[in-house]
Amino acid sequence: MGEKLVVSSSPHIKSGVTTRKIMLDVIIALVPAGIASIIIFGLRALLIIAVTVASCVLSEYVSRRVMKRKQTIGDLSAVVTGLLLAYNLPVTINPLIAAFGGVIAIVVVKQMFGGIGQNFVNPALTARIILMNSFSAPMSNWAKPFYYLNSSDAITTASPLGMLKQGATVSQLPSYMNMFVGDCAGCLGETCALALILGGVYLVARKVISPVIPLCYLGTAALLSAVMGRNVLMDLLSGGIMLGSIFMATDYTTSPITVKGKVIFAIGCGVITMLIRNFGSLPEGVSYSIVVMNLLVPLIESATHPVAFGKETAKDEAKR
Amino acid sequence: MDLTFPVKPFKTHGGADVPHHKNTAQMKSAILPPPKQVVLPMQQHVGAPCQPAVKPGDMVLIGQKIADSSAYVSAPIYASISGKVRPMKKVMLAGGQVLDAVVIDSDGKMEVSPDVKPPVISNLDDFIKAVHDSGLVGLGGAGFPTHVKLKVPEGKTIDTLIINAAECEPYITADNRGAIEDSQDVFAGIREVLKMLKIEKAIIAVEDNKPDVIKVMSELAEKESGELKGHIHVLALRSKYPQGAEKVLIQSCTGRCVPMGKLPADVGCIVMNVTSAAFLGSYLRTGMPLVKKRVTIDGSAIKNPQNVIVPLGTPIKDIIDFCGGYKEPPKKILMGGPMMGIAIASDELPIVKQNNGIICLGENEAHRLEPTECIRCGRCVSGCPMNLMPTFLEKFAMMKRVDGLKKLSVMDCMECGTCAFNCPAGRPLVQAIRLGKSLVKAEGKK
Repeated sequence: MGEKLVVSSSPHIKSGVTTRKIMLDVIIALVPAGIASIIIFGLRALLIIAVTVASCVLSEYVSRRVMKRKQTIGDLSAVVTGLLLAYNLPVTINPLIAAFGGVIAIVVVKQMFGGIGQNFVNPALTARIILMNSFSAPMSNWAKPFYYLNSSDAITTASPLGMLKQGATVSQLPSYMNMFVGDCAGCLGETCALALILGGVYLVARKVISPVIPLCYLGTAALLSAVMGRNVLMDLLSGGIMLGSIFMATDYTTSPITVKGKVIFAIGCGVITMLIRNFGSLPEGVSYSIVVMNLLVPLIESATHPVAFGKETAKDEAKR
Repeated sequence: MDLTFPVKPFKTHGGADVPHHKNTAQMKSAILPPPKQVVLPMQQHVGAPCQPAVKPGDMVLIGQKIADSSAYVSAPIYASISGKVRPMKKVMLAGGQVLDAVVIDSDGKMEVSPDVKPPVISNLDDFIKAVHDSGLVGLGGAGFPTHVKLKVPEGKTIDTLIINAAECEPYITADNRGAIEDSQDVFAGIREVLKMLKIEKAIIAVEDNKPDVIKVMSELAEKESGELKGHIHVLALRSKYPQGAEKVLIQSCTGRCVPMGKLPADVGCIVMNVTSAAFLGSYLRTGMPLVKKRVTIDGSAIKNPQNVIVPLGTPIKDIIDFCGGYKEPPKKILMGGPMMGIAIASDELPIVKQNNGIICLGENEAHRLEPTECIRCGRCVSGCPMNLMPTFLEKFAMMKRVDGLKKLSVMDCMECGTCAFNCPAGRPLVQAIRLGKSLVKAEGKK
């Protein structure tokens, strides 16, 4: 035995799941919605996706370089952020604004706080909020689905939630079926509920996410929608609630680790979303609701620590 | 008397789907030819170390006592080969502790001591004494002296004996082979414990990835006649690591939860490893104390993986040579399985009572993930069988926050490794938790 042996702490084997593989699964899960966006809004959707992904990856690379930290673009998390940011933008957006959003998400929200696992709010959503406040007109310039097929028509329209806010009746809105497959105005990745649910089912099947957050989020929103006398199906199918509940509220870093915490977090998201939709001046509240709940995660977590094995029974015995 | 048995295991929290690698499960155990020399450390158990009872130059026979202790929590040690005692030597064991060891040079005869004869047992005290004299300790790896475990404290009633044949560690098949090759002894051991301790029933718990063990044990349980007819039952457990951990096993078998800081006896259970039960059966029949052990030799660096029955004190290297040697240079040698085994620095260490496997990993298998930042995925929390929060424990340990460590019950971690196995960021969680435990202990001493 010439060579020296490695001595390290147990366990000596690994499951094989790595951060990179998890991120790859999220990217795969986001592909159907991406394809849907290209079909619905044309090749310009692909351009916006390419711009935000490139901007995020480049921002991550440069900020790690500048801060002299280990390079992390290989973990693919910047690609996920880029995809999610693109899905949260209208297809008509100026690519420069989209690229700026990527810089905000990665440099300001993620890397300045230490990089992957350290940011306390969702990078893509925070970037979207900053863009909405900085460029409110281009950020709510909704393209008509399939506008690229007939160039003579007006190409912009209102989003279903915007129409509702302005007092439209349900009959004036797109049909449920149209909204389910994404044939309605909105951010480029949020309209096709079908594609998003498909991605969600994939993530649950691959055990990347637990269904707790999406189900509690959507369930709470549906319940409140009914209580408020709104159209429940319309509330679930319109706006960013599918994208938000499946892909953004389930972000590991900015959601609670504990199961109970996840339930509280998701219910909170649902409540705030519906409060904004019903009482706020904004038509949509998914972004704000998730970011506000992100901020509460440390508190929720410390209140929901699991009870260690045998701790409860030990207490019971002591009482007796 | 309640003789109902669970049809399927009770629910437990967490766990991991570890690879099984039970490559040696279908191979008959080989018997190692007598080694030239054995090294017997004076502590092969939890408890007080033994004092040598022989001097250099003495001739000893197999089964002759060479070391004992007057302390209650301890277990005597016997010569595993016949030959001449050499001068005492210091050895460093896998855990890092340096101990005196009795060294015996073989005379090649493997002569058995005339002292070896079946014990005469007429009451419980005789039985406990016989178990003590057999040198038996928990053979699953814990090494806790069995006579202490079988001495039920006053006021506690035990209604269930659980025979642990879960064997959830990857690669290791020593219990699996023992249960099949020594099945009669397993039952003899169980019968004696049930009768002597007046326990109603025994559950033989086996992970369902060992259908052959389940079959052999079930057949014998069904054939059981006389007063113990219907008192012994086999329960197939889900193959989910760490199914064989004592508290998890008790919950799987009975639905009972051992309160924090308490013992299995507090919930009416005694857990005994299947190899311990088999040894007990054979000791009562033959009187031969614990002098040999079945160990699984496997891993990608081993030429001919198999189970080998070896005299205690045999250097690991001798056994590996018997298995055809290394087929590639080993990168890591583990005493025990890859989940909880200890990586050792040399293959010269002797086999001790608790060893059940030597796993030699080659370059590829020993490869470690470079740790990256925690992404808070929660796999460590959802997988923890003790319902702890390993990622927080790691952070508190690194910050030396003893209050946080205590609040999150760091001392209840059994270091099963499920969290670190599952961690996609390759964080050294168990290592950090061990550090955290020693911080808490150090604080307690202040």
